Amino acid sequence: MLRIILSRLLQTLVVVFLLVTFTFFAIRMMPGNPFADVKALTEENKAAMERLYGLDKPLHIQYANYWKNVLLEGDFGDSFSMKGRKVSTLIAESFPISLKLGLLSLLLAMSLGIPLGIIAALFHNKWQDYTAMIIAMAGICIVTFVLGPIFQLSFAKPLSWLNVAGWSRPSDVILPAITLCFGVAAYLARLTRGGMLDILSQDYIRSAKAKGVSQLNIITKHALRPALVPAVTFLGPAFAAIITGSFVVESIFLIPGMGQYFVLGIQNQDYTLVLGLVLFYGILMGIANLMSDLALIFMDPKLRNS
Amino acid sequence: MSTSIKARPTGLKDVEKGSSLWADAYVRLKKNKLAMLGGVIVISILVTCFVIAPILSWMGFDGNEQDLANKFAGPSTKNLLGTDQLGRDLLMRVLQGGQISLLVAIMATMLTVTIGVIYGGIAGYVGGRIGNAMMRIVDGLLAMPFLIIVILFREVISGQVDEIARFLIDDWGWNDNDVLRFANLIPLTFAIAGFGWLSMGRIVRSSAASLAQQEFVEAARSLGLSHRRILFRHILPNMLGPIIIYATLTIPSFILYEATLSYIGLGIEPPNSSWGKLIQEGANYLETNITVLAVPAVLFSLTLFAFNFLGDGLRDALDPKASKD
Repeated sequence: MLRIILSRLLQTLVVVFLLVTFTFFAIRMMPGNPFADVKALTEENKAAMERLYGLDKPLHIQYANYWKNVLLEGDFGDSFSMKGRKVSTLIAESFPISLKLGLLSLLLAMSLGIPLGIIAALFHNKWQDYTAMIIAMAGICIVTFVLGPIFQLSFAKPLSWLNVAGWSRPSDVILPAITLCFGVAAYLARLTRGGMLDILSQDYIRSAKAKGVSQLNIITKHALRPALVPAVTFLGPAFAAIITGSFVVESIFLIPGMGQYFVLGIQNQDYTLVLGLVLFYGILMGIANLMSDLALIFMDPKLRNS
Repeated sequence: MSTSIKARPTGLKDVEKGSSLWADAYVRLKKNKLAMLGGVIVISILVTCFVIAPILSWMGFDGNEQDLANKFAGPSTKNLLGTDQLGRDLLMRVLQGGQISLLVAIMATMLTVTIGVIYGGIAGYVGGRIGNAMMRIVDGLLAMPFLIIVILFREVISGQVDEIARFLIDDWGWNDNDVLRFANLIPLTFAIAGFGWLSMGRIVRSSAASLAQQEFVEAARSLGLSHRRILFRHILPNMLGPIIIYATLTIPSFILYEATLSYIGLGIEPPNSSWGKLIQEGANYLETNITVLAVPAVLFSLTLFAFNFLGDGLRDALDPKASKD
């Protein structure tokens, strides 16, 4: 077990290293210049800026310096576009907000999607199944940027305890979390249904039925754990993506989360910010995938040997 | 030896004629009412956007003509669905936006299929260390934040496309308006495909890898056929099922990507418009007039529904065993 964990963590580090390297060089192929948009910037000022951020040095030295700062000093560098802010501060400030929103909406998605998928599988090809699957499809097709404004209009306007947008009251997390959860819930419902159908057709379930085990016990004690394997596989990467913030939902509800930096960083050619985000996201993705793999090993004994 | 040859059933006519995979699949697809409905809607939307809309615009309906005295007008004979915040005809705006959304999604899907099939096919057929390394690259890129990689691709490509467009206009004397409008779509298309082919590559690889183990491929190899011939004449035709299914399901997800990027303001640029852009504009006027949001949003969601139901139906029909999720 420990060997699996260590080798997976090592793999993650290799992947993150390669991704940062790829991003480091690819981002410099973008047309324009990080400081080209700053108004009233003379050539001298621009040169001074580039010197300040070390952009005047040869590329391979910049690259080596980046890793030196990250690894030896734990310094992700200063953001180019947000003057005087460190990349690590930007992430440290915004990540908890996105994390809170993301965790709540994941929780909602799981408590919505998994039961829906189970119901659909139990009533396979009956009206309950079709209804559940049409609801799930609606969750995929009615996207956040349509749902968000509709929720704002139909709930936040009439209810005084809900803000239309902003992040000042505890209740401000509710609408964005609900908006965000439907898409994930829909995928979870489809995957749970698929896994459940697969397991319910297995011989050992038939044996349990023949022995007279009650329907409830069959589902909860025998079928549910292995049936959730596809859903858990999906949850790993989805988890990492959701807790790092959704730009669309955060911009609809004006939430100062992390999602905005993914767009602002690359749009402003903020090299250090983008690299910091790629690094952070890659590590989170690795950890989330590892957690989902460990959960799978716990859920499916067959996986323990391989 | 000789007896066994003689013992073969004579006269193939006696053997009951089997139905092909495709005929079988069509029978199954026809039974699936939701999928058939999805197919009908997909075809109607394609016809409306690419056949009826040009006819309407030839008849004098224009989606870009502003009429500021006539903002948020209700439906009339001149504006069948009313007008938007600048007095433009909403119906034509939505149909022209749909042309762009669908065009980008379909072009990106074709690119995705091409890249994914070649890359995944080679990785699966070659297998071993090289195949594994090829797939690790894919896995790695999938661990990139979606927005960063798409915007990165888009910016890098748009520099190149601008140069080509300028060359076409200056040196070849092409109509600059048409070239620029189309050139505007290319970077976005490539950016979406640049991220989208990763999943396609994975799916193709896994089916190519399992096909490469099968006896008919071994037979082809022992006959001395070239790798390219085996890959394109023997393995590829057998992968068509999963490829078609995945391509059908890729179109709606690309429509969604495009809409998301356009909604953010990083997708389609004026004078082009797309459903995502229209929804974003409409959301600003939600309280004044809900139709400017509702019309594009409904059409957009309906299109996603239709493509997804059709794709699910095709999967159930072509690959009954895989119809799990």
